[in-house]
Amino acid sequence: MTAPAGVLVVGASAGGLAVAEALRRQGHRGGLTVLGAEAHPPYDRPPLSKQVLRGAWERERAHLRSAEQLGALEAELVLGDAAVRLDVAAREVLTAAGRTLRADAVVLATGVTPCRLPGQDGLAGVHVLRTLDDALALREHLLAGPRLVVVGEGVLGAEVAATARGMGLDVTLAGLGRAVLADQLGDRIGGALTRLHAERGVRLRLGAAVRELTGSGGRVTGVRLATGELLPADAVVVAVGSRPATGWLAGSGLPVDDGVVCDAFCRAAPGVYAVGDVASWHHEGLGRRLRLENRTNAVEQAQIVAANVLGGERPYVPVPYFWTDQYDVKIQAYGLPTAAAEVEVVEGDPEDGRFVALYREGGAVTGVLGWNMAKAARLRRPLVAAAMAPATSPATSPATPSPATPSPAASPATPSPAAAPAARVNTRA
Amino acid sequence: MNVIVDAGKCCGAGQCVLLAPDVFDQNEDDGIVVLLDATPPEALRAAVREAAEVCPAAAITVEERP
Repeated sequence: MTAPAGVLVVGASAGGLAVAEALRRQGHRGGLTVLGAEAHPPYDRPPLSKQVLRGAWERERAHLRSAEQLGALEAELVLGDAAVRLDVAAREVLTAAGRTLRADAVVLATGVTPCRLPGQDGLAGVHVLRTLDDALALREHLLAGPRLVVVGEGVLGAEVAATARGMGLDVTLAGLGRAVLADQLGDRIGGALTRLHAERGVRLRLGAAVRELTGSGGRVTGVRLATGELLPADAVVVAVGSRPATGWLAGSGLPVDDGVVCDAFCRAAPGVYAVGDVASWHHEGLGRRLRLENRTNAVEQAQIVAANVLGGERPYVPVPYFWTDQYDVKIQAYGLPTAAAEVEVVEGDPEDGRFVALYREGGAVTGVLGWNMAKAARLRRPLVAAAMAPATSPATSPATPSPATPSPAASPATPSPAAAPAARVNTRA
Repeated sequence: MNVIVDAGKCCGAGQCVLLAPDVFDQNEDDGIVVLLDATPPEALRAAVREAAEVCPAAAITVEERP
C-alpha cells in the first residue's frame, strides 16, 4: 500500500481533528494540513448549549485538545480561513484568504450551517447556536434580559430551553412538532419530554408555526405565531435545523444531495472523502444513504475515513448513537429511533424517571433509548446492532477487512483515481 | 501509560466501554465513566488510545510514559 504523501482536512471541528489524529495513529507520516474556518482551536460543540451557555465552563474547557496535544500531531493547522473552492481532479482547495492548498487526499469535514428565519438577519437579539462565538454571544444576551423564546423543539432547542430555565430565565419553547423531540423520538418519549419541560416551567407553544419576528429599532421584541399570538422576547434562539455546509463545493462536480454524496467507504471521488455532519454515505447495513448530525458519528466515521485514505477499503457501518441532557435527564439513543416505530418500555418505569425503551419497526429492533439508564441502554445496544449489520452474503456486502490489513484489491500501487470505485457514488437509490 | 478520566466532561456514551471493557466501565444511571485500570497492560493500550480519540466528550486523556 502506498499512502498519500499529503492529506488535507477541510474542517477543524470534531470530525476533522479526529481524522487527523486517526491518520497519525494509523501510521501516516506524510504531510497533514487541517483547515478551519473559525479562529478557535478545535473545540467541542455539545457543551455549547449546556455547560458553556450556562457559564459552568470557561471557553477553554470546550477545547478538544491542549496546545501540547495539537503540537504532537505534527499537523499544519490553518485556522480562521474558510475553504471557498475545491478542484477535485487536482485535489486543490482555494481559501477565502487566497491560499491554495494541494494534497494527495482531501477530507471534507465542513459540518452544517444553521437554518435561519426570514427577517432574522439585521435584527439584534436573534441567535443561532452552532459555534463557540454563537454560544458566548447568546450567553451575553441571556444575562441581559429575562425573556427568551426558543423556536424549534428539536434537540438543540430543547437543550437551550432547559439550560435557560436553569439560569432562571422566562422561557417559551415554540415549534412545529406536536411534542418536544417528537419528530426524532416519537409521541411517547416526546410526550414525556414535553411534560418535563412544562414541569420545569417552560411555556410551550407546540404545533405552532412562526409567522414573523417582531422588532423595534433594529432589536427583536418578540415572535408572532401563525395563530396570531405574540410571544414577547428579549432574545430569540432559532433552532430550526441545519443544512450541510456544501455551498463552497458548487461547481466542483462533486455530487451533493443533502450532504456530500459518498460511497460505502465515505469516498466522494477518487482521493476525496467526507466525514461527520456533511457526509451522506451509503450505509451497507441499511442499504441506503445516511447522514448523521451527531457528535459520536464524527469521530467514529473519522476512524474509517483515515483507514481508507491510507489505502484501506473499509465500509462505514455504524450503529448511530446520540445523547441529550435536559435538566437532570440524560437520554441515550442507539440505532435509528423514529416517530413511526412502536415503542415498548422493557426495563425501569417512566413513573420513576428511569427506563429503557425499545423501538421496533417491521418486527426488528431499530432503536434503544435510555432515560436516566445509560448503562442498561448500552447493554441492549447489540439488539439494534444486529438489525443494522450488513448482510453477510458476498453478493451484497464486501468483506470487512481489519484496519491493519486492507484487502489486496484496495491496495493499488498508488492511490490512483482509476482504482477507486467512483461509479458507486451515483449508483445508490 | 497512565489513563486519566474527567467525569465532569463525560457524557455517558459508553464508547470507551465498547472499546476497552477491561479499562472502562460506567455508572448504572448517568452512565458516567468509571476507570477500572489507570495503567493498562500493553495488550490493551491501542484500544485505550482509540477510546481517548473517539470519546465524544474528550473526557479521556492518555499520558504515555517511557
